Amino acid sequence: MAVQTEIQVESEGRSISLPISAYQGLPSTLCKGCGHNSITSYLIDAAKSVALNPYKTVKLSGIGCSSKTPAYFLQSSHGFNALHGRMPSVATGAVAANRRLVCIGVSGDGDTANIGLGQFKHACRRNTPMVYIIENNGCYGLTKGQFSATADQNARLRRPSGEINPTPPLDLCVEAIVSGATFVARSFSGDKKQLVPLIKAALGHRGIAVLDVLSPCVTFNDFDGSTKSWAWARENEEQLHDVGHFVRRLPEIEVEQAAGESTNVQLHDGSWITLRALKQRDHNVASRDSALRVLAAGREAGEFLTGLLYVDNTGVDFVSSMKPVETPLSMLPDEDLRPSAETLAAIMDGI
Amino acid sequence: MPSTPSLVEPAPRVSATAKSKSAFKDLSIRVGTVNGSGSQSANLVILRALHAMGIPCGGKNVFPSNIEGLPTWFHVRANVEGHLAHRADPDILVCMNEMTAHGDVLELKPGAICVYRDDFSADLSTVRDDVTFFAVPFNELVGQAYPPDKTDKSYRDKLRKVINMVYVGVLASICGIEIEAVGEGIRREFPGRKAKAGAINIAAARSGYDWAQANLPTDLPCRVKRLDATAGQILIDGNKAAALGAVFGGVSVMTWYPITPSSSVAEETEEFLKRHRTDADGNQTFAVIQAEDELAAIGMAIGAGWAGARAMTATSGPGISLMTEFVGMGYFAEIPVVIIDVQRMGPSTGLPTRTSQGDILKLHLLGHGDCRNIVLIPGTVQECFELVIEALNAAQRYQTPVFVALDLDLGMNLWLSPRFSYPEKPIDRGKVLTAEDLERQGSFHRYKDVDGDGICQRTIPGTEHRLAAYFTRGTGHDESSGYSERPEVWKKNLDRLSRKLETARAELPAPVVEGDPDAPVGLIAYGGTNAAMAEAREILADEGVATAYCRIRALPIADGVAEFIEQHKRVYVIEQNRDAQIMTLLRERLRGELIDRLISVTHYDGTPIAAGDVAVPVLERERIAAGPEIVTGNGKGHGDGDGAQAMAAGA
Repeated sequence: MAVQTEIQVESEGRSISLPISAYQGLPSTLCKGCGHNSITSYLIDAAKSVALNPYKTVKLSGIGCSSKTPAYFLQSSHGFNALHGRMPSVATGAVAANRRLVCIGVSGDGDTANIGLGQFKHACRRNTPMVYIIENNGCYGLTKGQFSATADQNARLRRPSGEINPTPPLDLCVEAIVSGATFVARSFSGDKKQLVPLIKAALGHRGIAVLDVLSPCVTFNDFDGSTKSWAWARENEEQLHDVGHFVRRLPEIEVEQAAGESTNVQLHDGSWITLRALKQRDHNVASRDSALRVLAAGREAGEFLTGLLYVDNTGVDFVSSMKPVETPLSMLPDEDLRPSAETLAAIMDGI
Repeated sequence: MPSTPSLVEPAPRVSATAKSKSAFKDLSIRVGTVNGSGSQSANLVILRALHAMGIPCGGKNVFPSNIEGLPTWFHVRANVEGHLAHRADPDILVCMNEMTAHGDVLELKPGAICVYRDDFSADLSTVRDDVTFFAVPFNELVGQAYPPDKTDKSYRDKLRKVINMVYVGVLASICGIEIEAVGEGIRREFPGRKAKAGAINIAAARSGYDWAQANLPTDLPCRVKRLDATAGQILIDGNKAAALGAVFGGVSVMTWYPITPSSSVAEETEEFLKRHRTDADGNQTFAVIQAEDELAAIGMAIGAGWAGARAMTATSGPGISLMTEFVGMGYFAEIPVVIIDVQRMGPSTGLPTRTSQGDILKLHLLGHGDCRNIVLIPGTVQECFELVIEALNAAQRYQTPVFVALDLDLGMNLWLSPRFSYPEKPIDRGKVLTAEDLERQGSFHRYKDVDGDGICQRTIPGTEHRLAAYFTRGTGHDESSGYSERPEVWKKNLDRLSRKLETARAELPAPVVEGDPDAPVGLIAYGGTNAAMAEAREILADEGVATAYCRIRALPIADGVAEFIEQHKRVYVIEQNRDAQIMTLLRERLRGELIDRLISVTHYDGTPIAAGDVAVPVLERERIAAGPEIVTGNGKGHGDGDGAQAMAAGA
């Protein structure tokens, strides 16, 4: 079979052919073996697989190792490496300006759980239409390994002084769910089989899709006992379900979990995500309470539960809720932006 | 008699208004009420009535930072010449609030008139013998106009508001304001469904008027006369004018976080947008987002500006502090965004309901590292409208954060203004390349100075072309926006940003220069200070000091300002901040002896600058024949050479 070199993309009623290179980016400058590089490659796979239009896609990030990665994929998309912890606000403004943009935000645990927790949670509350990927390694790589707010309690710094982290970690999936996110999943950068369909599904969701992805830092947090290490994640990952993603239409099925059966959820773009339960078989993926119970149970059992925790495909995303006109605000002609001279005269009369 | 220290500044010991040339020239009324007592309508009616009589007038709401139940004052000024800046020495004081009445009376100038409620616990008229006191039976009068209505549960609450209209009637009688114009003003305040309330209020005003006609003199020296000086003029506050500027400047994304005194910019913008930019199906050509804080407000505006919107946010000093990091990024990554700063008195929470020009230098330099931002500085409400439109264009043209610096006095108070004209210039989108442009051009480098003016080309996300995408970053970048730490690349880029600012310097709104070009004395001011300048110059002229006046309207400072300084021997720089911030900036632009010509006049006690605050220090300085090195200080309008207040750059 010949190697695929072009992707057919639908755009505004026409089909354009793009080279594979449009989905790729610059070579990574991150450490060899960094989990983030795997996520980057899965993102490219997922984007090609759903024939994402890179011209209508924006990729944004904050500051940190993870936030460097938008340079490594989708080079035909506009990118924005924003401020530390402030990517959500920039993303919110961008999608408000142009409702047709697909927005991919990449962040890390420091960027999201520490400096950016407020903006993250408000993006969840608003249901800002974007994919929000957290590349979670429990530490600050760029500044030499300090603890982040997702670091294990009692972890030791990898340096001679060996300071101990006295505080328990935040669970970003819990934070996302309680804040109102409408698509929340947890995965692992070593689990391509699960992560690629989750990214594809996230791209098809209209609203915020949070993917909290354990992504080991090979330099500062990949030692024995770390719950952010490759070895621990591989040994302890418990998939909630087999995840599949299909573009073809399936029979209409309500989002309802029955033990042993697969759940099918239709996403905004018409595609389907299928979940065949493996663990926590009574988990209802449409229920916030159920998702929070599953997360609590996994935490108590010391399990690294992965999969789609929660999805609500019925809600209205933030941009749509503002009732913008169909044409992106960024492309409005002058006459739509400036009311008439008669309007100004009438306003003056009324003052 | 309670003796609460007044929150209003003491009156100057010498009158610091231009000398009288006719019977009625100037009238200043101060009304002391209780916050939340509904006096705003009454005060607006006074203004509307004066306006209807063709008399130039303006009003200031002077309020401490609280919600309800504490003292607040309203200042009305009417002036034949249209001088409507702050006056610290009212001719008439109306005391509706016993808590402040005693202190307010103590601050009156001799000969002033005090109208007060006869149900105060102590008789106010014993406080001073050089003030004329009129005790008015407010309760009785309002009771006649609005008899108790047992069927209306909110009667007492309404009565508390209606009573304010009684003082409007009393003032009308004392000051010669036509009662018909008062009635018209009330009908305007209570239109449509509120007509019933309007009738009650008209009755209240009438009862105050009739009582005063029968019981008080009608030949006092504070009577106004009908003029023909307000035709085609509107009464509007600067924040609302700025909001209209946003609407007619084509704003498409407005983000904000509530903060006094800027909130109404966003609220009025949203209201106008909803009314005038919503289609028949209810779909909107705009987005207004109330953010979780100012960090997010500016982040959203920057994201929107980057994505091609005409984006704007509005805030005040503390919000500006929070926006600093993003503004630095916007400057460096070259993202169009407009930031309106309605300045209030800092540092810190400071005096959040008091005016200041204390942010002006910070706005220009906001960011970290070498940042220089464009700041537009409206001096009138009309310019609040015009310069917000200009700012929305300039942000696109220069691809950078553009500030519009208002101040609380200009922004929140009511000013007389010519009607706003429809913008002549089309909407400017700057150097944005479309897919067709890219195809024709065959190449695109985001940060390449193609035209030599420092302004590069840009594309907006969603442009369907293989050349369109680029990577926006706050890190060092080359012409193609690729990451670079190379010294020559870094320096070249920073130098280009300087060049871009020089392009803007030559094109931004020019300073407005008026007066005698041969006068030895030049005055430089900007922003809301402008309101006091014509009157100050009249006072100075009366004292034999001819002046020329240069009003700065934009930073970076235009070369025309240095040319103005070259023409005059002594140039006073008048500012409403302690540290003579713009003078500091001017010194940087000037060479040699020109720097020594600058003399600072600063005013920073939280009150709006009055004509006397300008004229008195200048006169003092001009009367020292051979003391060029003595720096004039904060003009308090006392005329007593309060030099201890002096603080000026270089002092």
